[in-house]
Formats: sequence, C-alpha cells, structure tokens
Amino acid sequence: QLSLFRFTVKRPFSTSHSSVDSKEVKKFQLLAHKWWDEEGEYAALHSMNDIRVPFIRDTLLSMSSNYHLGNPLSGIKILDVGCGGGLLSEPLGRLGASVTGIDPVEDNIRTADQHKSFDPVLVKRVQYKSSSLEEIVEESMETFDVIVASEVVEHVADLEMFIKCCSQVLKPEGSLFITTINKTQLSYVLGIVVAEKIMGIVPEGTHEWEKFVPPEELERLLESNGFSVKTVSGMLYNPLSGSWSWAESTSLNYAVHAVKSGAQAQSHSTAPPPETDIQQHSATAGTVP
Amino acid sequence: RAPLRSAASSPPLYDVVVSGGGMVGSAMAAVLGHDIHFHDKKIALLEAGPRKEYNHMPDRYSNRVSSISPGSATLLSSCGAWDHICSLRLKPFRRMQVWDACSEAMITFEKDDLDDMGYIVENDVIMSALTKQLDAVADQVEVFYSSKAVGYTWPLPSHSCDTSPWVQVELADGRRLQTKLLIGADGHNSVVRKEAEIKNIEHQYDQSAVVATLHLSEATDNNVAWQRFLPTGPIALLPLSDTASSLVWSTSHDHALELVAMDEESFVDSINSAFWSNINHSDFIDTAGAMFRSAISLLKPSGTAVRQLPPSVAKVDPESRAMFPLGMGHATEYVQHRVALIGDAAHRVHPLAGQGVNLGFGDIACLAHHLSAAAFNGSDLGSLKHLLKFETERQRHNVSLIAATDVLKRLYSTTLAPLVLLRTWGLQATNALPPVKVRI
Repeated sequence: QLSLFRFTVKRPFSTSHSSVDSKEVKKFQLLAHKWWDEEGEYAALHSMNDIRVPFIRDTLLSMSSNYHLGNPLSGIKILDVGCGGGLLSEPLGRLGASVTGIDPVEDNIRTADQHKSFDPVLVKRVQYKSSSLEEIVEESMETFDVIVASEVVEHVADLEMFIKCCSQVLKPEGSLFITTINKTQLSYVLGIVVAEKIMGIVPEGTHEWEKFVPPEELERLLESNGFSVKTVSGMLYNPLSGSWSWAESTSLNYAVHAVKSGAQAQSHSTAPPPETDIQQHSATAGTVP
Repeated sequence: RAPLRSAASSPPLYDVVVSGGGMVGSAMAAVLGHDIHFHDKKIALLEAGPRKEYNHMPDRYSNRVSSISPGSATLLSSCGAWDHICSLRLKPFRRMQVWDACSEAMITFEKDDLDDMGYIVENDVIMSALTKQLDAVADQVEVFYSSKAVGYTWPLPSHSCDTSPWVQVELADGRRLQTKLLIGADGHNSVVRKEAEIKNIEHQYDQSAVVATLHLSEATDNNVAWQRFLPTGPIALLPLSDTASSLVWSTSHDHALELVAMDEESFVDSINSAFWSNINHSDFIDTAGAMFRSAISLLKPSGTAVRQLPPSVAKVDPESRAMFPLGMGHATEYVQHRVALIGDAAHRVHPLAGQGVNLGFGDIACLAHHLSAAAFNGSDLGSLKHLLKFETERQRHNVSLIAATDVLKRLYSTTLAPLVLLRTWGLQATNALPPVKVRI
C-alpha cells in the first residue's frame, strides 16, 4: 500500500499521484519575491497572523501543562505545509517551536530561507524544504506534534489524500490546524470578484471557486480519516482596516482545529475505522504532546 | 552571551536597544526586562555617562525633583522600582493650589477620597531604584555605560533585503551593535530622532527655570503643592518633607540669572514676595473677580474653596541653586520602521503642569504593552504595525496636553487686563466645575 507514496525521482512538481496541482505552482512562482512586503500583495496574509498565531498558540497552551510564557511553544515540532515565504513559520519559530516549512515552489523556499537567514534564532528553529507533503511522508512518519495547513487546502488537487498524509506524519493525538475558504455564493462574490478583481486584496487568479472547501465536507473527510474535529470558527477580513477577526459565520473564511486519534484509536465518530492505506503504528499510549 | 553568528564580522544582535539611560530610558529597559514575554529576549541599554553608585542617599536633598503621578507610580511598581523609592525617600501630596498673581482667582485640586494626588521624588532616587531593578534582570538587559551612540544605519524596507534588515548602531569607541528595534530615549536633542530625519516642531521659550532646595520657616503638614502664576512665569513650591520644599521658578533668562547670582537672603525674600505680594492686582480685576465669585456662589455654594496660605521660606540650601533653559518640542512622528521615540525625545513640555516625566512614563506603559503583545504573537518587534498603534495612542494623549500647557504658559505670561480677566474667570469657573477638574 505504501507504493502509492513512493517516488524514485524527487520532483518539485506533481505527478498524477500527488496532491500538488502544477497550475497552482506556476501561479505562486510569479509572486515569490512579494511575500515579505507587509503592504503589498500578501498584506492580508500578514495581518492574518494576528488571529491565526494566537489561535494556534492558545490551543496548544490549553492542551499542555508545562510551558513558559517567555517561550510558549518550546519543544513542539510543527510542520507548516504550503509555507510560502515563511509568513507563518517565522512567528511560530519565534515562539519557541521547531518548525519545518515545506512548499512545492522552489522560489518560495528560497525567499523564506533568505528572509530567516539574518536572525540566528530563526536559523536554529526553522528549516525549509522544497517539497510536497507526499514526498516527506516516508521519512517523517509520526514525526510532528502539530501540522499547520493555512490557506492551502483550497489549492490542493486531492484533499482526501492530503488529509491522509497529514495523519501519517502526525504523532497520535497531534493537532492539525487548517484555515481555508468556504464554497458559497458569498465567497464567490466577495472572495473572488471583490477580493481579486475589484479590490485587489488577493492577487488575481489566486483562487478558483471550484476548489473552495465547505466546512461540512472538510469535517467529514477529517472524521473519516482518524481525526476528531475540536473547533470550527469563522474568520472575517475587514478591507478598510486591513485586519481579521473571528466571526460567527463560516460562509467566507474559517479555521479548523482537529486532533488525530490516539494509537489505541479511542473512536470519536460512530463510523467504522477507515480501511484505506493509512498505517497506524502502535505508538506507546499515554504520550502527551 | 556570545554572538550567535559564526561569521566574525557580524556585530551582536539584540532584540531591543534603548538609547539613553536617563529616567525614561532606564525605566523602559527595566519594564521590558521584567516582562514575562521578554524572558528569552536580549535587550541593551546605552548610556553615555558612567555608572553612578547610589549606595546611600546623601542627607541633602537634590535640587532636581519630579512630580510623579499615580499612573507613573503604578508603572514603576510593575518593574519593582517603586518599593525601592518608598524605602529611600519621597513626599506624597494631597492637594494642589494654583493661583494668579494678578487676581484672587484660585483653583485647588484634590482627590475626593483624600488619596495621594502625586509624589515629589528626587530624580536621583528614581535612578537609584531603576539601577537596582536593572541589575535584577541582568540576564535580559545588558547595560552599556560610558557608551555614547554616535551613528545609526537604517535598514532598507523589509522586503528588499540582501543586506542586513537590522538597525546598525555605532558606539563612540568603535564597537557596533545590531538591533531589531531601536528605542530613542535620548532627550530633547535626540540623536536618534535627528538621524531618523523625523521632523521636530520646537520652540525655545524665552524662559529659564531656577531650581533650589528650600527650608521652611516652620515645620508644617507639608502635603500641598503650590503654584502661582506671575506675569514673568509660574513659581512652584513642591514639598520634600515637613520642613523642606523644592523650588521650580520659571522666569525670564535675565531674571533667572539674577536669582541665581544674588545672595541667599535676597533670594529667599524674592521667593516669599513672589508668593505673597499683591502688587500685580488691579482694582478693576479684583472687583470683576469678586463679582464672578459671588455669582458662582449663588449657583453653586460649594464652588469656591477655602484659600490656604503657602508656607513661608526661611533659607535656601547653599549650592542648591541652578538654572536651565525651557522649551517646547513635539516630534511629528514617534515611530518608523524599527524605531520608536519615547520621553523628551518625542515631546518636550513646560514644567508648569508638572507633567514632563509622567508623559515619558506613559509612553513606556503604552509601548511596553504593545511590544509585550507582539512578542507573545511571535511578531517581528520592529514591525510598524504595532509601533503605529503606540504612536496613535500616545500622540492622541500627548498633543492635547502639550498644546494646553503651551496655551496656559502664554495666557499667563501677560498682565493685559482682558486676558487676565479671561483667565481669572476661567480659573474660577474651572474650580467650580467638578467634571473639568477631575479630567485634569
């Protein structure tokens, strides 16, 4: 069953068995050098840190009993999938985590590496790799305490496979954080027409409405692949103030926190355990992240 | 700690460098050093002067004192400095009486609950406490004494980086530092502000302040701060103990030179005369003022307070007389990418409101709050995003106070009847109106 994930030649672009979409890769290559302009094309992603970093940080702190507020994520291994120029990897690294950022676009990784290179703390804590998620699965089985996939799942070719890979590289009871965009009429009007074509909040052509993911579908896929969904919360961007806030409604942007079930799968859902090709290693029970 | 980059040429990198080790710079470094989210961060404080030992306080009071507001006391408490100050010496005051030389108009301030309105503390006492608290966080804060910063190199905007994104600081002895955030606390002639090319609106008043330590004629419950507006400028008596007070007399440069040069007896006479004499009163103003007062007492019987008499002065501490020129200044920007200004570097104000150092401590409380949140969010400390929040909050607060102080200074610098009448009635009205008084 593992043959599905084995590659003899490492390629940055997709094959038919990858969750990486080659058209998407090309789109991001053009903007690789724009990542770190806080007022530029990626301004909305920069300001999203103001809510997604506290969301990740506080969720992890609430699950832990032993931390220091000067270095709250110390000792936690995080995988940032689709890290882009490292906008989210850097703050997580500054908070003490060991971060591995992966992205299929080599130019993004180059930008990310260059940006962190002047800060010795980040050089130590954050590593980048040009790779798809599938390509690291083999060497990273159950390696990470946390996976962050922020503004990524709306770009992947095969969402279910992506989730299965996440499960494979995540330790039992590890956390998965996702932020993405819902597939609604509203998200078409505001997320594509207004955001891309009219106001230029998002570079044009970044998103395809067809690939947006409704939270119900995401939850279903997560629950049927060994995850227990703990939190789903709407997010709202205010283009006038340039800032994000939490919202009641998930019709536009939303965030999800899910936890991979422990080794002796204490099942949270009533569905039968998945019979697809996820190998559950029998990790020692009772390990607390 | 050893520099973390193996390349020998790279200067040590700090998270925050505070330039200027006066009361405001030292307090900024101490507050950050005690912040839990800065536990693993590296802070440097640059002070041009040598380290002063404050092992024991001299019996004589120092002639440089500050009026510390309760808000500032809270800030100093948060970094553990207030306890030291209390164990050294300070004088709480409960009341402030402010009146005009040209009329009977008077305004008194006091808190309803008879709490302390503020504290008169010698600047040396504050510095001693802050030095102790900096020693306590030596793991976080490295203090560089006798280290004057002579040059700054600013980074290019963050996204166009092949060169170092940090601020480069060059010291007089050739040593270099790098920092993610530079805080300029280097006074009203701030080098940081000038090198950052931040425009400063400034104005030299045609006044100097004369300071001295005075001994009162008789011991008294010395818990009132007195200020009288003379046509030449305000004279203030700030309590130090039951028998001593500190003088701050703002007056013309020439008069200030005279005051500092004259013999001690004449000096004491000048002070007493300034507080007690009525030669600037005119019948017209007195009558108009009295009429207004009776009008108020009809509408609001409690609106005219009892006038207390200021203490009289017997003698001045020899060699405690000094003078310094006064001016006003306000930086058009408090922040830039990787730079923030606090204290007199950002704003300079006339001492008549007793606010100078309190504005600086207010800057610290606000900036430390934003930096602490930024650190806990894993943000780049030098990012304009949170620095601008600090600037907006503080400019909003400071500009109105500085403008009001400037207006008051000008309003009270004249004997012209219409303006005297205006300010007389204004003062009387303000004294009668609780909401306005409380705001102040």
